[in-house]
Amino acid sequence: MKKLLLGNAAVARGAYEAGVNVVSSYPGTPSTEITEKMVDFEEVYVEWAPNEKVAAEVCIGASIAGGRAMSCCKHVGLNVMADPVFTVSYIGVNGGLVFCVADDPGMHSSQNEQDSRHYAKGAKVLMLEPADSAECKEFTKKAFELSEKYDTPVFIRLSTRVSHSQSLVELGERENAEVKEYEKNIAKNVMMPANAVKRHVVVEERMKALGAYAENTSLNKVEDNGSKIGVIANGITYMYAKEALGEEVNYLKLGMVYPLPEKLIKDFAAKCEKVYVTEELDPFIEEHCKALGVEVIGKDAFTLLGEYTPQMIAKAILGKDAPKCAEIKENIPARPPVMCAGCPHRATFYVLKKLGLTVSGDIGCYTLGAVAPLQSVDTTICMGASVSAALGMAKVKGKEFNKKLVSVIGDSTFIHSGITGLIDIVYNKGINTVIILDNSITGMTGHQDNPTTGLTIRGEATKQVNLVKLAEAVGIEHIVVADPFDVKNFEKVVKAETEREEPSVIIAQRPCALLKKVKYTGNCSIGDNCKKCKLCMKLGCPAISDRNGAVVIDKTQCNGCGLCVNVCPFGAIKKEG
Amino acid sequence: MNTKSIMIVGVGGQGTLLASRILGNVVIDKGYDVKLSEVHGMSQRGGSVVTYVKYGEAVHSPIICKGEADIILAFELLEAYRALPYLKEGGTIIVNNQKINPMPVITGAADYPEDIESKIKENANLISVDALSLAKEAGNIKAVNVVLIGMLAKSSEIEKQAWIDTIKSTVPPKFLEVNLKAFELGYNK
Repeated sequence: MKKLLLGNAAVARGAYEAGVNVVSSYPGTPSTEITEKMVDFEEVYVEWAPNEKVAAEVCIGASIAGGRAMSCCKHVGLNVMADPVFTVSYIGVNGGLVFCVADDPGMHSSQNEQDSRHYAKGAKVLMLEPADSAECKEFTKKAFELSEKYDTPVFIRLSTRVSHSQSLVELGERENAEVKEYEKNIAKNVMMPANAVKRHVVVEERMKALGAYAENTSLNKVEDNGSKIGVIANGITYMYAKEALGEEVNYLKLGMVYPLPEKLIKDFAAKCEKVYVTEELDPFIEEHCKALGVEVIGKDAFTLLGEYTPQMIAKAILGKDAPKCAEIKENIPARPPVMCAGCPHRATFYVLKKLGLTVSGDIGCYTLGAVAPLQSVDTTICMGASVSAALGMAKVKGKEFNKKLVSVIGDSTFIHSGITGLIDIVYNKGINTVIILDNSITGMTGHQDNPTTGLTIRGEATKQVNLVKLAEAVGIEHIVVADPFDVKNFEKVVKAETEREEPSVIIAQRPCALLKKVKYTGNCSIGDNCKKCKLCMKLGCPAISDRNGAVVIDKTQCNGCGLCVNVCPFGAIKKEG
Repeated sequence: MNTKSIMIVGVGGQGTLLASRILGNVVIDKGYDVKLSEVHGMSQRGGSVVTYVKYGEAVHSPIICKGEADIILAFELLEAYRALPYLKEGGTIIVNNQKINPMPVITGAADYPEDIESKIKENANLISVDALSLAKEAGNIKAVNVVLIGMLAKSSEIEKQAWIDTIKSTVPPKFLEVNLKAFELGYNK
């Protein structure tokens, strides 16, 4: 039966059919749906881990014990996961072990545009890259097979367009992969110097064997159309090239992007007068070709930035112009993402801006606290950096600066990697104030449960991390739980805690407005006694706008959260219904 | 048959993903190769959202470039205008004429463009509808997406019953009645 599946869902299906036993991940766009879809398969143990490193280690343990395991993350998640990945490359596997990583060319939902293929090279780990959903499923199955055959973890690299496109997939049956025997093997599984020295030799031998495999595998395909032009492509750019160039060129489609073949590339290039490499992000294949002495045209004709398109490829290779299209002759307003109507973070940032604080920010929906009109956030680096970077700021600028400085971090992000930063503050006598934005869910990636929600990925009740007790346990003596929608009190709390010359934690507690359990009703509306002070406009609520000098609330956008009612100094905004 | 390209545009949260799912399912049932591309994550938070749906004998690229869309199904007026360059010469735009102010308009940094409909008409066949009122008439303002699917169905070569069957298999049972009504209102517009 053929089914229309998201690339991510097809990876999940592939892992299921390969008999995967354990899947552990931390959510991150564009990889999240892989792990979410695993919930459909009762035979598989699936979990959200606190972060990618933990997730990878759970999978490594499962593999050593004899099961098939997979961990999925976004490209920056792989940075967090990197430590165990580099070493498990030496250990190898017992049950098949797959790390699936989704890059985000064009940064649709990311803070950088890094190319994960460098990790494959750095960690000496085989990497496959599918181009559509059917390949997502097939390559995932293949990844488990190759993992066990070559005693290596295997990367699957996706990109946003592969992860979030849907195409047809033929469904198959689940393979009955028995959990293998576990045997104690200190020389293989304990990576201390004497053992690792010997395992490194094994890794280099494995790379040679994989290099030979790359020459002949059906994962790498030549399509000879008798042309003088050759195109070497990987992942989505293969699909773009096929659409743009049809049968006018020859193709070398690389489904295995590390290690790359040598002879296959030389032979392919020898038959062509000109060879192009179409690869998004870094010139990974291009540099490999050039090191082999094969002349190719890559980044000189394309770009290091963002995504490719079929039109870009048609223009660069065939000189074909794009079809005529209408032009918009005026500047039209952009529509950047905004915090949703009813978002609890809006109130928090309203107060932080009002108090003129420097805000060390983090990764999540609340990164949107940096956009107009709130523009409250000063820095966003990576998961957890809000806490530790603020300590660095305070140490260099001193006490008075510190009193105008806060860290803001979401509940899930705090569990991911904020805890260690908080310990650093306490241990090294910082006096920082950390605001944990507790909205009861992992928001930006589309509502995943986490250790603070009290539910597992399958929705089963479990123990819940108590953020107050946790902060107490690491040595924080001043902890306040406050509702940011009670704007007056929240402002008082933030003032008091930032003034204090001791470290403190404020837990800003109010659930995400999109959660089913949150039932705001009715609408807010502005009465005749509006003084047009436009304080409510400072909230940056998508429902409130200025129409020719009058402030109006759009009922189709308003969800009746009532924040504007709390902010209006004249009582001119009323809740209806 | 040549590949047909349909672009669905709107504002994050308007339900464009359900519309693309219904369209995708209709065309696979007809035996076409099909690819859909959508972007999840940050842009879904009230930003511009775009979904591409392509079907035909063999579809390679899941994305649609400028000048390539046969039809643009727009959930919001400004988003229809923004997507105009993606329309093929002689193509059609079906638009819900609702206006949702983007943040730069809300903050006063920019103005919502005037006369969008007549500007679109200079370059395209425009079918404009107050889908919000029709959705209300059907019983739920969230059914704007299915009203628009009804209008798309009317202008497509695929028979009406195939659309109805797909809506029945795609939409949760408790919303089915509202959605079927919304489909009819869009189809008969």
